[in-house]
Amino acid sequence: MSLIAGLGGGAPTQVAPPRENRSRAYRPLLAPGLVYLVLFFVVPVGSLLAMSLYVKTPGGDLGDYSPAFRWQNYVDAVVNFYPQILRSFGFAAIATVACLAIGYPIAYAIAVRARNLPLVQNMLLILVVAPFFTSFILRTIAWKMILADEGWVVAALHWLQVLPEGGRLTATPFAVICGLTYNFLPFMILPIYAGLGRLDPRLLEAGADLYATPFTCFRKVTLPLSMPGVVGGTLLVSIPAAGDYVNAVLLGNNTNTAMIGQVIDQRFFRILDYPTAASLSVILMVAILLLVSLYIRRAGTEDLL
Amino acid sequence: MADPGAALEIWGVTKRFGSFTAVDDLDLTIPRGEFFALLGPSGCGKTTTLRMVAGLEKPTAGLLSIEGRDVTGVPPHRRPVNTVFQSYALFPHLTIAENVAFGLRRKREKEIDTRVAEALELVELGGMAQRRPSQLSGGQQQRVALARAIVNRPAVLLLDEPLGALDLKLRRQMQLELKRIQTEVGITFVHVTHDQEEAMTMADGVAVMNKGRIEQMGAPEHLYELPRTAFVANFLGQSNLVRGNVVEVRSDGAVGVDVGGNRVLVRADRARDTEGAVLVGVRPEKITMLVDGQESSPGQNVLGPGVVTDVSFTGVSTQYQVDVPGVGVFGVFAQNLVGAATVALGATVRLAWSARFTFGVDGDEDVREGTVDVDCEP
Repeated sequence: MSLIAGLGGGAPTQVAPPRENRSRAYRPLLAPGLVYLVLFFVVPVGSLLAMSLYVKTPGGDLGDYSPAFRWQNYVDAVVNFYPQILRSFGFAAIATVACLAIGYPIAYAIAVRARNLPLVQNMLLILVVAPFFTSFILRTIAWKMILADEGWVVAALHWLQVLPEGGRLTATPFAVICGLTYNFLPFMILPIYAGLGRLDPRLLEAGADLYATPFTCFRKVTLPLSMPGVVGGTLLVSIPAAGDYVNAVLLGNNTNTAMIGQVIDQRFFRILDYPTAASLSVILMVAILLLVSLYIRRAGTEDLL
Repeated sequence: MADPGAALEIWGVTKRFGSFTAVDDLDLTIPRGEFFALLGPSGCGKTTTLRMVAGLEKPTAGLLSIEGRDVTGVPPHRRPVNTVFQSYALFPHLTIAENVAFGLRRKREKEIDTRVAEALELVELGGMAQRRPSQLSGGQQQRVALARAIVNRPAVLLLDEPLGALDLKLRRQMQLELKRIQTEVGITFVHVTHDQEEAMTMADGVAVMNKGRIEQMGAPEHLYELPRTAFVANFLGQSNLVRGNVVEVRSDGAVGVDVGGNRVLVRADRARDTEGAVLVGVRPEKITMLVDGQESSPGQNVLGPGVVTDVSFTGVSTQYQVDVPGVGVFGVFAQNLVGAATVALGATVRLAWSARFTFGVDGDEDVREGTVDVDCEP
């Protein structure tokens, strides 16, 4: 699939093995994965789809629902929660662009500039991956402290008069987007790094030899050849970012920063409104699938699939 | 200082990588329109020289000028040269036509499509314009790389072992092709190769490089007939080199050399030294073998007797190894005129060759200098 092609080492031109080698021998190898997917993906998605159409049991307890085909659940979900749905995709888009803006130069520095310095390269890669050694939640809470009203960031911004009197960073969309960007940045850097690492430096020499300035070389050779990594990175960032709720919960407020994941979480675990939570989940899933397939078609990277 | 007739001039160029000197105080002038070859074993500095001309390496010292203009400090994209890379370095994300148009677009030239089509026609790839490099064979990619460089009409076209990745048959075919194209477009070609046959087949002028220096420079036939160093004698074709001592300088301009008790004559103008220890050389195909009572002709050098230790029939010729005691082993090529080897293994023969084919090089040199197995080149 697309993401693997973006990350993996394989060249896009993989020749299919001869027919006779593609017999049924591969089937037993698929069994563990199939069993796993059926148990933990197909069954839950099926029950999610079913649950999204349930109705409240007449006279039943809180959280008591009966099987039905109430399509109105979807209409209600969209009508009630379209601001959060749109905000989720908006935040995810901004965070993805921010990750690309921050991550591409880092990936370029590691893969291209440090090409002949393997030690520096490895050190920088470890720094990129190092945050994964501690918990995602903990790091997000740390961001809450960094951006806190009494923290030095806010103090500095006040002093610089960038932030108006009484302005704050926590509980703002800015904080949520910062958190999303921070948490998903490695997923942007790594595929781009892998793509740029495969770039043959001799192609850049050829570009220079053919009258291209360093900048034109970058624009006409490096950038197009790193597109599979960029596409992979944007997918790896935007998909989980759209469904994320930890950043919105920890760094946002409950009014103008709520994301769809947060709403689903609340519906499921606080309000016990399972049908709405399920229909929102389905909407999120379908929307992501649609956007991703549109994006891949636009990106024109058939090689990725 | 600048010679307007020269396409490329190199003055005292040195390139060091750390403590390693890749190119050592090199001087070279290549006239316009010439097909010039830089020939040498791997690591001799020929590719580094080419890369300095292209601007991809900065010389540690010295000056480079192209068509009379100093380009020493000019970045590669502003030099009027183009390179055919050993790896071809075709842009995989562009079609063949876009690859060939790359340089023209950067220079914002006119009639790009027409010129690209012409260039592809020249390398006989007219129908491939819309394909991608990965859909082409090695030989076709090589032609695209050539078209991509030639289409820009550079002052100097640099070819870095362009045929190295092709198989033998295709390589021979491309050698003729390259020569045809060079004649057709009239651009100065500087061709880097480790294959002496390739250099001799194609080039008007050859510089033989060794350890960062030019050993000898000239027309291929001149280099072959009169090598001035043991390295050139061995690297360009094969040579029989033996140690001797100059014992007389004759009034007719010949130098008499004692080789293991035999008197060998070398023309003074073909001898590097006319006194002391020297190396005397002769090409294997110049030697004839005298059996039993056969007499040598006047003006011939004669060595021997020796014993034939190996006979190998190659079709065109028969190659013999003759061990002359106290002197060394000689290679002898005899043209196949009668349909079989004429001398049997173990026969006792004397070796004779015309004195005017003998050459003399510096006696301090190693007899085996330059006898590298060129096929071992990676």
